[in-house]
Amino acid sequence: MSQTDSPPRRGANAGRHSLSGTLERVLPRLVVAPSFAVALFFVYGYMIWTFVLSLTGSRMLPQYDFVGFEQYARLFANERWNVAATNLVIFGGLFIVICLILGLVLAILLDQRIRQEGVLRTIYLYPMALSLIVTGVVWRWILNPGLGIQSLVRGWGFEDFTFDWLVDPDMAIYALVIAAVWQASGFVMALFLAGLRSIDDSLFKAAALDGASLPRVYWRIVIPCLRPVVFSAVMILAHIAIKSFDLVMALTGGGPGYATDLPATFMYAHTFTRGQIGLGSASAIMMLCGVLAILVPYLYSELRGSKHG
Amino acid sequence: MDNIIRRRTPGARLLRAGLYALLLVMALVYLLPLVVMVLTSLKPLEEIRAGGLLSLPDSLTLAAWLKAWGTACTGMRCEGLSGYFMNSVSIVIPAVAISTLVGALNGYALTKWRFRGANLCFAMLLFGCFIPFQVVLMPMAQTLGWLGLASSTSGLVLVHVVYGIAFTTLFFRNYYVSVPDEMISAAKLDGAGFFRIFWRILLPVSGPIITVSVIWQFTQIWNDFLFGVAFAGFDSQPVTVALNNLVNTSTGVKEYNVDMAGAMIAALPTLVVYVLAGKYFVRGLTAGSVKG
Amino acid sequence: MKTIHTLAVGAALAAAVSQAQAAEIEVLHWWTSGGEAKAANMLKQKLEAKGHTWKDFAVAGGGGDSAMTVLKSRAISGNPPAVAQIKGPLIQEWGEMGFLGNIDKIAEQENWDSFLTPQLAADDKVEGHYAAVPVNIHRINWLWANPEVLDKAGIEGLPTTWDEFFADAEKIREAGFIPLAHGGQPWQDATVFEVVMMGIGGGEFYRRAFVDLDPEALTSDTMVESLKTFKKLRGTMDQNIAGRDWNQATSMVINGEAAMQIMGDWAKGEFTAAGLTAGEDYLCEAAPMTEHMFSYNVDSFVMFEVDDAGKKQAQLDLASLILSKDFQATFNKTKGSIPVRLDVPLDDFDSCAKDSRKAFDAASEGDGLVPSLAHGMAVSASVQGAVFDVITNFFNDPEMTAETAAERLASAVRAAG
Repeated sequence: MSQTDSPPRRGANAGRHSLSGTLERVLPRLVVAPSFAVALFFVYGYMIWTFVLSLTGSRMLPQYDFVGFEQYARLFANERWNVAATNLVIFGGLFIVICLILGLVLAILLDQRIRQEGVLRTIYLYPMALSLIVTGVVWRWILNPGLGIQSLVRGWGFEDFTFDWLVDPDMAIYALVIAAVWQASGFVMALFLAGLRSIDDSLFKAAALDGASLPRVYWRIVIPCLRPVVFSAVMILAHIAIKSFDLVMALTGGGPGYATDLPATFMYAHTFTRGQIGLGSASAIMMLCGVLAILVPYLYSELRGSKHG
Repeated sequence: MDNIIRRRTPGARLLRAGLYALLLVMALVYLLPLVVMVLTSLKPLEEIRAGGLLSLPDSLTLAAWLKAWGTACTGMRCEGLSGYFMNSVSIVIPAVAISTLVGALNGYALTKWRFRGANLCFAMLLFGCFIPFQVVLMPMAQTLGWLGLASSTSGLVLVHVVYGIAFTTLFFRNYYVSVPDEMISAAKLDGAGFFRIFWRILLPVSGPIITVSVIWQFTQIWNDFLFGVAFAGFDSQPVTVALNNLVNTSTGVKEYNVDMAGAMIAALPTLVVYVLAGKYFVRGLTAGSVKG
Repeated sequence: MKTIHTLAVGAALAAAVSQAQAAEIEVLHWWTSGGEAKAANMLKQKLEAKGHTWKDFAVAGGGGDSAMTVLKSRAISGNPPAVAQIKGPLIQEWGEMGFLGNIDKIAEQENWDSFLTPQLAADDKVEGHYAAVPVNIHRINWLWANPEVLDKAGIEGLPTTWDEFFADAEKIREAGFIPLAHGGQPWQDATVFEVVMMGIGGGEFYRRAFVDLDPEALTSDTMVESLKTFKKLRGTMDQNIAGRDWNQATSMVINGEAAMQIMGDWAKGEFTAAGLTAGEDYLCEAAPMTEHMFSYNVDSFVMFEVDDAGKKQAQLDLASLILSKDFQATFNKTKGSIPVRLDVPLDDFDSCAKDSRKAFDAASEGDGLVPSLAHGMAVSASVQGAVFDVITNFFNDPEMTAETAAERLASAVRAAG
């Protein structure tokens, strides 16, 4: 197969060495091969299968009666899908932006030689350790106007205080953002902190000698250095946003109405509880297209970069 | 950096006090859900009904914890979460070990033995990180059936390894990229083989990234509900599934304290890992996984 | 001599057979909460007394949504449980896919057709053969009330028309209570809506709209009026309904925050757990305008096709146990429902259950016995979901008019059907 690069370079003791040499050359591929095969089957194979199903009229279980792109037409005509897709844009956008800002601010603050930094860091980071299946119940309490923050603050004497996002169809999606930011921003903070620590101290010193103020140093010098971190963080946050499922299930169940439906919950509901596998598969394919739209630019820059590195 | 911060003017001191105050307030906000959980799990049921979210318990009791661990009913089995906890352990350990090892080998092969197509291969692997798990439920069910692994612990381990490899490969690849190639070339000239180089040169410096990979995988797999509920059998259901059964009861008196204690029990292992190894996690991220 | 010999052989054979045919069967269900689980546990013990083993596979959440995901995953992997809790038209869908077994043997032996209502039994048959066993009959169109609160508001007797209801609601509001307790989840919204609609439209209309899915009925004036009444109910509820579980709503009635609730008779479990007595501490009446109606929700255990003779026997034994008079009585008392067997006396049941049986008999004579759409008894899951979407959105959107909602209902049903 790879005959072009197999001629032995060290000609003298060709016999044995070329054999082991070939082995050495093939071995890395052999090592990666199983993972590659696994991905080919479990990721790409399944995607193709899902795509095929999206062209069928499958209902409760997969069937192969092809109906062309009818399911896609139904999907785009479906009001609930439009709500879900719009929600993902709002939710994902806010979630990513707020996490980045909050993560960066926390990281910069923590980077000021804070006493007990380790403790604080752990506190900011721990939500990432918990599943929303676990914390969803608490968040539902906290955000519920009758039980949580609203009643707490009203209990302190601020009778007019209102915080009822969770139950307001127009605001519930923002309530989801709160819980999601709580969970992921600590992780982003850790990424930024790692990034800050890898920046050379001499940069600061040089800037200080120039008499630049601290905010200015950060704005002009440090933050631009963190660009790759921002990039990684956006990737991680985008994938969390697209996959968000537990969050919705635990907090709102998609409600009020279906005001907080996201593509992942839409897909799940139609595929599994509503017996519309065809439609569910079409929505899954649309989600995957969204993933591709994020991933391709990332991979492009990542791999182009690594050729030099 | 020091010289900027450590100017001991009154203004700077005030700034510093403000800094601490801000960090502290943020910490309290982040802690709020956990505090509510712990407080609720330690209160008797009557106090929960009577008191507010954050009211301190009058009488502390571990009864709810004991019940959630040992005697709470999930369905008909009234054995608490203990058995399911063990199921989770027996899924997580092999799954984390295998996916981390495979990820390390992949990352090594992809960066230090750059063969043709290595980048494409990596790119294709990476897509696995992004595939929404709901999408793969049905084909995976079919596949597990074919493999004869349906409703078994091994089946669940397989599923978690399959979808964990993408992440672990990403971590190790990005880490190994920053290990100088010269070390490898020298070893190659000395005649060291593929595995020998991995074992002797890369593994010893992989501590930080192994920590990252293990923490990440452990958290993901331990917290998984979807795969657990769909692919586990009668005797291999993980603790998250049992917790869901415990919390989502539709009738009867809702024992919030037991729910919360159950949630804490289910969350404890990942929490402990983050608290104990959080430092290494950040260190591991610093060491290179952040940037490719 | 000969007879004795045959008998002995027969007995020995029977013993051998029953021993050989003891088996483990896996039972998938979503009865995870206190009372239900206790009742199901009795079933388990009885099955185990027959030498079989019951492997309990409980999946809670979403009225069986999660359980259905598990079931599909198991079926696709070629490894379905022997017995699963499925209900309504879904049973037919599984049957058509060829997954279900046939338990006619025990049904004929025990003559099920003699004591099951044909309309209900039809759901458990696939192409005329029994594939499932019904367990209980829940009535949906109940109005639960706290008499103390009604007293304080100066109301005597529960409202029997919606006009009366809204007049009473006014008084209750003035007295400082919430007139109607409700939880804003799609299935609860749909439950209230279907109760309103069956009252206004009657049995025949309900069936045309929610069983035959007749577009004319779905966009008719009757439907629009029902939608308007339904939306008006929103004003009788409190602000914090979103996402509230039904049992939290029930406890609002129990502890006197709210006066009434529209909910199926599983709500009784909550009242009972709080130590209240039906007819005294809490009231149960048919929801306004539905006293001759009975909208039913029947749980069934479905028997999957199994190869193993022992498992088959275990399925038959389980089916027989479920329909035994003894189990029917004890189970339904705990669950709040009435027995599916019409020949089980209700002497030691509470007054609500007795009323329920009376309503059931009356409704089956007229045209008032209807399947509940909100509880998956009337139409396929896809249509049900589409209806939920429209109803819940209409209920939560102050802008949407009843006319628009009716149009959307018809088009959503068409698209899903």
